Amino acid sequence: MSQTYHLTTPLSDETVAQLKSGDIVYLSGTIYTARDAAHKRLVDLLDAGKELPFDIKGAVIYFVGPTPPKPGDPIGSAGPTTSYRMDSYSPRLIAEGLKGMIGKGKRNKDVTDACQEYKAVYFGATGGAGALLGKQIKSAEVIAYEELGPEAIRKLEVVDFPVTVINDAYGQDLYQIGRAQYEVK
Amino acid sequence: MREIAYEEIVKAVRDIIVYSACNLPADALKAMQDAYENEKSPVSREVLKQLLDNAQIASSESRPLCQDTGLAVFFVKVGADVRVIGGLLKDAINEGTEKGYKEGYLRASTCHPFSRANLKDTVGYNLPAIIHFDIVEGDKIDIEYAAKGGGSENVSRARVFAPAAGKEGVIQFVKECISDAGPNPCPPLTVGVGIGGTFERAAISSKHALFRTIGSVNEDPEMAELEETIKTELNKLGIGTMGMGGTQTVLAVHIEANPCHIASLPVSVNVQCHSSRHTHITL
Repeated sequence: MSQTYHLTTPLSDETVAQLKSGDIVYLSGTIYTARDAAHKRLVDLLDAGKELPFDIKGAVIYFVGPTPPKPGDPIGSAGPTTSYRMDSYSPRLIAEGLKGMIGKGKRNKDVTDACQEYKAVYFGATGGAGALLGKQIKSAEVIAYEELGPEAIRKLEVVDFPVTVINDAYGQDLYQIGRAQYEVK
Repeated sequence: MREIAYEEIVKAVRDIIVYSACNLPADALKAMQDAYENEKSPVSREVLKQLLDNAQIASSESRPLCQDTGLAVFFVKVGADVRVIGGLLKDAINEGTEKGYKEGYLRASTCHPFSRANLKDTVGYNLPAIIHFDIVEGDKIDIEYAAKGGGSENVSRARVFAPAAGKEGVIQFVKECISDAGPNPCPPLTVGVGIGGTFERAAISSKHALFRTIGSVNEDPEMAELEETIKTELNKLGIGTMGMGGTQTVLAVHIEANPCHIASLPVSVNVQCHSSRHTHITL
């Protein structure tokens, strides 16, 4: 049965190893935002043998392009974007030590294989719940690529950010498991 | 000839954009509440509850429902007996769009197709708006607006079938589209289906079908029946809310049908996520 965990980043191999598809996780600590354009730049840096703008070991990346904050707020609405657009970049980052990704929607086999090989997980957050999820983000700071606007890399501090394990480090996929239960052939 | 001031249109467009970003319209809210009541999967019910809570927070705190505040899409019917004073109607709609997205703290999501450079400081903040004009009788300007997100747009499809494909071909095409999309377009969905016309007419009809009130019945009984048939088929897919598995994958199927060429059967499927932010004003 599905378990509930309260976890703090960075994530260790041991922590990742206990997570199973369908588990509910409340994440706290630092996470980093990146969408397509930022991912491309991160992989370009690795290809050039340069340092990344944040420590990737044990890190969690959130696929999000938030709305601008209203005066006095750390961030605007901030729900997940569709993750497949990051599929061509994620395995490289997982090999470098990335432990968690937060998004919505399916990942390809390269990503789920990398999750198994290097012990990483893919979390789903609720798409379209941007107002609710934005409230769990307590601070936000652009740390790279400000010119990308909503696609810049931000360092976020989150408290009890609600996510569900979609792909675990054992090759399970919650989307397949869930759908098979309710599909009428 | 009735006259409307340019500035009046700018303000009206600005206001509906700011309001729509934070307030789910009554029809979409009702459809989501019904989905919550009818959903069999406890996991999908939990996510639906989160989405209803999100709608409540967004409305009471004036926060955007979703960070993808969309491209601004308009269907505008201009009466033949009305004219805009002080500028072009198209410019007024674009100016209202820019004001609304800026002043509402909404996201600027337009970019160059290849460089991906954001257009907010060049073309304009979330500009250009996508505007479809029509000219009608009367002295009013009728504006239908929707904020169209990228996730659901990305799974949309169009194809021109041979006439022999018939209704069965249409049903299978829509089913394949939604099945392949799975969790990606943020279900539960509204599915717009444009049938007939030419290639582009089918696509535009499938978009316009999404502006219809969710839960309304198609005026054409044949299409109303086809909508129900397709909806039943889609809900058998088991995708559920956000793809977690469940019985409520689709809130509604809306069809717009047009006469077409004797050689063709164009079909377009335009998908709308659960955050169906659409509204309608008459000036």
